[in-house]
Amino acid sequence: MPATNAVMIEGVWKYYGDYPALRDISFDVDGGACLALLGRNGAGKTTLLRILGGLSKAARGRISILGKDARAGATRQRIGILGHGIGVYEELSAFENLNMFGQLYGLDDPRRTASEWLERTGLDRVRDGLVREFSRGMRQRLAVARCFLHNPSLLLLDEPFTALDDRAIAVLQDLLKSALAQGRTIIMSTHQLREALELATDVALINRGKLAYRGPRSWEMLEDPGWLYRHYGEA
Amino acid sequence: MKFLRQTLAIAAKDLRSEIRGKEAVNASVSFALVILLLFSFAFDLEPEEIREIAGGLLWLIFAFAGTLILNRSFARELTNDCLDALLASPVSGAQLFFGKCLANYVLIIIVECISLPVFAIFYNIRLPQRLALLFLVMLLGTWGITVIGTLFSAMTVNLRLRELMLPTLVYPMLIPALVGAIQLSRVLIAGGSLAENMIWFRVLVAFNVIFTILSLALVEIVLVG
Amino acid sequence: MRLKIILTLTAVAGLILVWNLHRIFLQVPDEANQGAIFRIIYFHVPAAITSFTGFYTAMALGIGYLIKKDLRLDSIAASINEVSLAFATITICTGSIWARIIWGIWWTWDYRLTSYFVCLLIYFGYFMLRRAIDDPTARARLSAVLSIFACVDIVLVWKSIEWFRTQHPGPVLEIRGGGGMAPGMEAPLWWNFLALFMLATALILIRTRQETMKLEIDALRREAHAF
Repeated sequence: MPATNAVMIEGVWKYYGDYPALRDISFDVDGGACLALLGRNGAGKTTLLRILGGLSKAARGRISILGKDARAGATRQRIGILGHGIGVYEELSAFENLNMFGQLYGLDDPRRTASEWLERTGLDRVRDGLVREFSRGMRQRLAVARCFLHNPSLLLLDEPFTALDDRAIAVLQDLLKSALAQGRTIIMSTHQLREALELATDVALINRGKLAYRGPRSWEMLEDPGWLYRHYGEA
Repeated sequence: MKFLRQTLAIAAKDLRSEIRGKEAVNASVSFALVILLLFSFAFDLEPEEIREIAGGLLWLIFAFAGTLILNRSFARELTNDCLDALLASPVSGAQLFFGKCLANYVLIIIVECISLPVFAIFYNIRLPQRLALLFLVMLLGTWGITVIGTLFSAMTVNLRLRELMLPTLVYPMLIPALVGAIQLSRVLIAGGSLAENMIWFRVLVAFNVIFTILSLALVEIVLVG
Repeated sequence: MRLKIILTLTAVAGLILVWNLHRIFLQVPDEANQGAIFRIIYFHVPAAITSFTGFYTAMALGIGYLIKKDLRLDSIAASINEVSLAFATITICTGSIWARIIWGIWWTWDYRLTSYFVCLLIYFGYFMLRRAIDDPTARARLSAVLSIFACVDIVLVWKSIEWFRTQHPGPVLEIRGGGGMAPGMEAPLWWNFLALFMLATALILIRTRQETMKLEIDALRREAHAF
């Protein structure tokens, strides 16, 4: 995968009513990188991820994802999103959920791909169980399967490790590691500094809507995850 | 072809959810039955007079009961942020909208097919010889209700007062379709010259075509911006 | 500058109205069938035309917003819709008064009155929608779409209720008298239209200024909240 810019963000502003959720955000992410997006609650991480995923439009500024507009159909085909909500339907079974999303993503054989992913996330034994009856960890694993189902080149993950049980964390970490090995790009917002910083190649810190730090992940951050907040976060 | 398959996948998903849960259909049918009951107290009329107003009553029932189903249409996507998952997929707003329209249409028709015989029994109305034509009017009128209702469901999905606002916005918009459907139903049930009322078929078709196209064109703006 | 325009418009409109009132009450003769109440047409019809012009202009501005994303277009559109709604209310009220005098009833489901009433309901919904949305961008976007739907629908509403009434006749507000109006009697109608149009424009300018100021205050609050 060429080291071109997978994601280019230029002068992005976003308002929610009176409040500027994002103020003049500009940075790039190379293809194949794993960016840990850090920041306190309310800093604007989720807002930025939603704009990158084409779910929201910036008030000002430009975004380029894989060379194209975030909202283009071809772009959305290549993005996998894992938000706060798990994005799967309670009244459908695990298999039905994945099969449907497989159809929406235009996969050749949605049923087979769905079955494969159920196995990979350890859900094959409950494939016909309704999501309504799943535990939290199982739901998260299904959400992860939905996110990876269509082989996306860019992964946008909003606090993916939150409220995962150990099994789910292990599954997700494996998947992210192999995704990076395959040259995919990851942007991940997180509070779980340890898990995220282990995988990350780059780091960005958002503080009250502004970009406070953007650089490679350094060894200091890995040794002492709070270092970044102390140096660049607000007092 | 893929366009159609994706649209049908969404329609199938909605129908499957609803058939499993049966919440909206149950509520809708119950509501229809309650209105039928209330009408029996409100109107104490001779059979001939009932036949005269039957067409109108029927469409009031269909419109009110239909709104319960339409209210749920986009609201059901808010759980687990499923709407985001759908919008993030390559599916266009138009496909999402049309898939939901198809599902809503089927559900409302089901409610109507249950309500109509009950209505005929409660009010001693012999269903007309021209039942096929009455069914055609139901199909045409219901599509109008579905299209407007689904689009406004999309418009109000994120608003606090969604349940209050949907009926207030939708019913005035539906006047042309409801007037046409009521008039045709009245003629078919109470008897009258269908030839003089052919214009109403044109009104229904025009309403459906115009608002389907307008909705498909504008729904992406409504959902994302 | 703006204030001067508003004051000039209001003053000129006021003068025309006063002069026209003189003409209407003292110079125009009573209409053969309807008597004195006929004169209400000089307010009923111009108010109606003003309101419809307003609704469609606002729709055009809404489309302009969707293309240009300029929030000022939305402010102007909302102001126009508000003033048009007021004029539509005047139309219905004058129509109702007319019905009371001619038919002895306060309301008749005459196709024009009924259609105006539907218009009123649709735009009540419009303002209810606006009030329920906090984010100005979302509010502008959804208002514009609703405006388009409303204006397309109004045409269908008008025609369908008209056809319905031909099949189910009721008391009709035969505003235009027997056929047309004598030439001497038509002129005040157009003068009143001009006056009401100028008044409407003045009101729209005032209202738009309020909306624009609100946007400015919003922006200032945004900056303040950021620190």
